[in-house]
Amino acid sequence: MRRNRMDKQGDAIASPSAIRRTEGFSAREIVLFSLATAAVVFLCVCVGSVNLPPGETLRVVWNAVWGLEQPEAMSVPIVLSVRLPRVICVALSGAALSVCGGAMQGLLKNPLADGSTLGVSSGASLGAVIAIAFGVTLPGVPFAGTVVMAMAFAFLSLLIILSLAYKIDYSLSTNTIILIGVIYSMFVSSILSLIITFASDHVKSITFWTMGSLLGASYQNALLLLAALVICGAIILRYARELNAFAISEDNARHIGVPVRRVKLVLLIAVSALIGVCVSIGGTIGFVGLVTPHMVRMIVGPNHQRLLPALMFGGAIFLMLADLVARILLNPLELPIGVVTSFIGAILFVVIFYRSRRART
Amino acid sequence: MTLLDVTNLTVRYGALTILDDVSFSLNGGQWLMIVGPNGAGKSTIVNAVSQGVPYSGEIRYLDRDVKCYRSHELARNIGILSQSHFVGYAFTVGSVVRLGRYAYAPGVFSGNRAEDERMVEQALELTGMTRFVDQSVLTLSGGELQRTFLAQLFAQDPRVLILDEPTNHLDLVYQKQTFELIQSWLKTPGRAVVSVVHDLSLARAFGTHALLLDKGKTVSKGTADEVFTPEHLDKAYEMDVSDWMLKMLGQWTARRDETAESR
Repeated sequence: MRRNRMDKQGDAIASPSAIRRTEGFSAREIVLFSLATAAVVFLCVCVGSVNLPPGETLRVVWNAVWGLEQPEAMSVPIVLSVRLPRVICVALSGAALSVCGGAMQGLLKNPLADGSTLGVSSGASLGAVIAIAFGVTLPGVPFAGTVVMAMAFAFLSLLIILSLAYKIDYSLSTNTIILIGVIYSMFVSSILSLIITFASDHVKSITFWTMGSLLGASYQNALLLLAALVICGAIILRYARELNAFAISEDNARHIGVPVRRVKLVLLIAVSALIGVCVSIGGTIGFVGLVTPHMVRMIVGPNHQRLLPALMFGGAIFLMLADLVARILLNPLELPIGVVTSFIGAILFVVIFYRSRRART
Repeated sequence: MTLLDVTNLTVRYGALTILDDVSFSLNGGQWLMIVGPNGAGKSTIVNAVSQGVPYSGEIRYLDRDVKCYRSHELARNIGILSQSHFVGYAFTVGSVVRLGRYAYAPGVFSGNRAEDERMVEQALELTGMTRFVDQSVLTLSGGELQRTFLAQLFAQDPRVLILDEPTNHLDLVYQKQTFELIQSWLKTPGRAVVSVVHDLSLARAFGTHALLLDKGKTVSKGTADEVFTPEHLDKAYEMDVSDWMLKMLGQWTARRDETAESR
């Protein structure tokens, strides 16, 4: 067979070790990314409308972790009740939304895909807005009304989008899904406007929430986000290799033996559940899932076995910094985080897109 | 031994019939050329075998309906090369080829890494892509991309190759090498090839068997000698095929004779 080798020059054959390089995330990279994330968490807890000295912040957190007695100081409630739960929620939301965005961009082989492209984000926000406007609550659990409604509507949206797509196109082709997702989003936003028109006394809380905000996030919120991220994130990471195949092409995925429809269905469900939880807690925070995968891909490459874990860290860092800007830019006024992410995201996206186009031509 | 058995294959898009009641079978050692003019339904056969389009009729591999196989089982036995490739992200050649081993390790912890790497290296070497292993597929030429996916297919190590225009984008040197490579691959017993080919001369030279289609219907099938007759070809292509081919060839023979004389 050797004489049939197609190598024109027949020159340098890369050493086997070059080929056998690991495709996953190395321990060194995990440590590096974790340290960067921890540093940003610390920065975001210290900085705000009132700046706290790093030493004091560290002492408060240390005492809280080990159950030691706290000193009588303003910094204690600021760190423990206000900033820490919020920063944790922001970090978890950023990680979750980015992983969802990365997975969608791979699955649909579309660099413009995002949780919102599916229509799931808008569906979830419709559920939450209905809960706010009509005062849907669950007795005993303070934030359960919006969470349950958002998750239910996220699932419902996915169900509608997928069954419509299936009716139109047997193979659930990615273009069909995106097209229906976009149309569905428009339809939902018209209903949202309608509800806002009628529920005028809730307008402020609804608009603030549709812009996205993690003001007043609690440890309960953080726990819910963490649980969703662990479960859905594990499912998404499990399919990293399949996502590589989808990102090359859906046909290629089928040809190499990926059970295309099943994998697609499982991933879509995991992504929409995760987005549903995020939206119910932080509102619709735009552009995170769209932009972070592009930035992180520039650092670690397109292989999902590396990209997805890196996105957890990258997304957390990006959203924490965006939230920091939202808090301090117009101090003491606070901007909705979605305004900041959309502003930074849109500009970054144009830059990235322009650069990648130019690099390719 | 019959590897692939296709009976009464029909594909419809709405009211449009793309493929109408096509049957053929493929035994070990055979190279079946699917030929015919544009719109004959050649690529649709490839798509149907790879379960990419809904169809009626039956496709059996080793006497079992392909629908009954698990995806990775089927991929270990039937390998498919698409007509065109468009990769959206900057994957390296190595990672694309390595995906060819997916069928052997569909789970997270399954698979034999040493064997996988050996097959990947061998496939890269066979297709001359070894020195491109760390290069992004976005920077490759059309021919190099085609060879990358050919390498992925060899890494997949199936028993039946189904190739949709395998020499698409390839210049003459690689056309020749690809066909010779497939021919020597076919020498191992229990293997067979189906390929959609536009170039009738290539099809005639390398095919053991042929299936001539026109507008979704079978015009002729059988051994290459039986199918590639002027009557069949003229009917399918609605032109004097051999006259055209000779005219094309004539330019070169005349030129070569002139050169020989002047020497």
